[in-house]
Amino acid sequence: MDEFIINALFGGIALALVAGPLGCVVVWRRMAYFGDTLAHAALLGVALALSANFLPLIGVALIGAVLAVILFWLEKQSELSSDALLGILSHTALAAGLIVLSLVQRQTPGIDMMMYLFGDILAISRSQLYWMYAGVILISIAMWRIWPGLLSISVHEELARTDGISVSGLRFAFMLLLALMIAVMINVVGILLITALLIIPAASARLFSRTPVQMILLAVVFALLSVVTGLGSSMRWDTPTGPSIVVAAALLFFMVHVLRGLPGRE
Amino acid sequence: MNNAAAMALLSGSGISYQIGGRQILSEIALEVLPNKIMTLIGPNGAGKTTLIRLLLGLSPLQSGKVRRKPGLRLGYVPQRVMVADTLPLRVRDFLGLGGHYSVTEMQQVLDEVEAPAVFEAPIQSISGGELQRVLLARALLKKPELLVLDEPAQGVDAIGQQALYHLIRTLREKHACSVLMVSHDLHLVMAATDTVVCLNTHVCCTGHPEDVSEHPEYLRIFGSALDGLAVYSHRHDHAHDIRGDVVEGAAADCCHHEHPHPQ
Repeated sequence: MDEFIINALFGGIALALVAGPLGCVVVWRRMAYFGDTLAHAALLGVALALSANFLPLIGVALIGAVLAVILFWLEKQSELSSDALLGILSHTALAAGLIVLSLVQRQTPGIDMMMYLFGDILAISRSQLYWMYAGVILISIAMWRIWPGLLSISVHEELARTDGISVSGLRFAFMLLLALMIAVMINVVGILLITALLIIPAASARLFSRTPVQMILLAVVFALLSVVTGLGSSMRWDTPTGPSIVVAAALLFFMVHVLRGLPGRE
Repeated sequence: MNNAAAMALLSGSGISYQIGGRQILSEIALEVLPNKIMTLIGPNGAGKTTLIRLLLGLSPLQSGKVRRKPGLRLGYVPQRVMVADTLPLRVRDFLGLGGHYSVTEMQQVLDEVEAPAVFEAPIQSISGGELQRVLLARALLKKPELLVLDEPAQGVDAIGQQALYHLIRTLREKHACSVLMVSHDLHLVMAATDTVVCLNTHVCCTGHPEDVSEHPEYLRIFGSALDGLAVYSHRHDHAHDIRGDVVEGAAADCCHHEHPHPQ
């Protein structure tokens, strides 16, 4: 097999490994829109990094962290609901990112905007893979450390607080992990589709799980299946890879729902 | 400071609270003593839940003081717990969230709250009454010195409410803990409480339930609401399901309007 396909496969596996657990928490805590906002802001991070000549990865992580701080602070201050705030931030960040990126493009015409918007898993290099797996390890360790508290606040924030858990600390920590995940995985599906891989596999997994941990493991399995089928069909029919992976995840989601709904099953 | 204040598990003084310019609480003082059941009663909007939240540190104090006994073990049962349907969680997983407990411990405590059958059930699938018991079980697992219950019988039918209050009373005796609970109906909790604090933004009156039920402030707030209610009192008897209990003494005075007792 060609090296670019192997790299793509390993890149996809890396994404599935972190999208499973983070995606479940995103679904439980209704943070889908927040994930979208972070991802949109990531474009601004990339653009700024390119214009100032440092690693896009760092730009995305920094912007993600800044956004997490802003949102965290705004939620406490503002009378606006968090979904309105997210709407403002999300589209502002996306628009600003597109403007900065187009300015950068004028100077360095080689930059491919589409790659950041939709990802290019087939262009993943060996060194990018190292970054991605470093991210996977870091995120996994962090998740493992904060897991009991994170589950507690996902179940009921006030009960968690009376148990002495720092709710805002954990919320913030999770936002940062999400930003980090987007930063390292942006090449796989791009900023416009990355939330899909957080949510869809988790949603499929919900149907078959009775415990939180089961749901996470199943979400990883569904994400892996989506990556493999998406990659395969993209090669077979020469379709864009990122969107193919998302469509594969969605097809799986509908399939398991139909199967589940058939008579004779529970 | 007298002796009682020194040994209070939880006490508050001078607590005032405003939301958007509206006075919710004004100069509240109270203390929860060891091994006592204290009930906060008051009409809707009286500030009961706000007060509980302030006492527990769930909302920041605007003025006044809250003192907790250092290292106080606290079990809290919130007014309503809704676990998102997207989160698969069995009752046993839920109970395990508060600390490290063995399966036997968790099963024992479910037995205690008379809900042994729900151990493996998804928490979203159990009834309102069962959920209240599970919440109580979760609180009990902490071996609390103080149980705080915010409208523990909400969403539970009348018979279930009596059973629940009876259970709370039994648990208090068994675990030798204090209870601070919120209710909007004095007569439901009368048998299960030592002290009643009648709250309507300020503390209207405090005392033994039967005394409070006669207090003019209490009657002013609740008097009209009580008309036509089937109200009765039983004097700490455990036969909570016997509806024809003889009502005597002071307690009878508060219920002298028409109430449909068999006798």
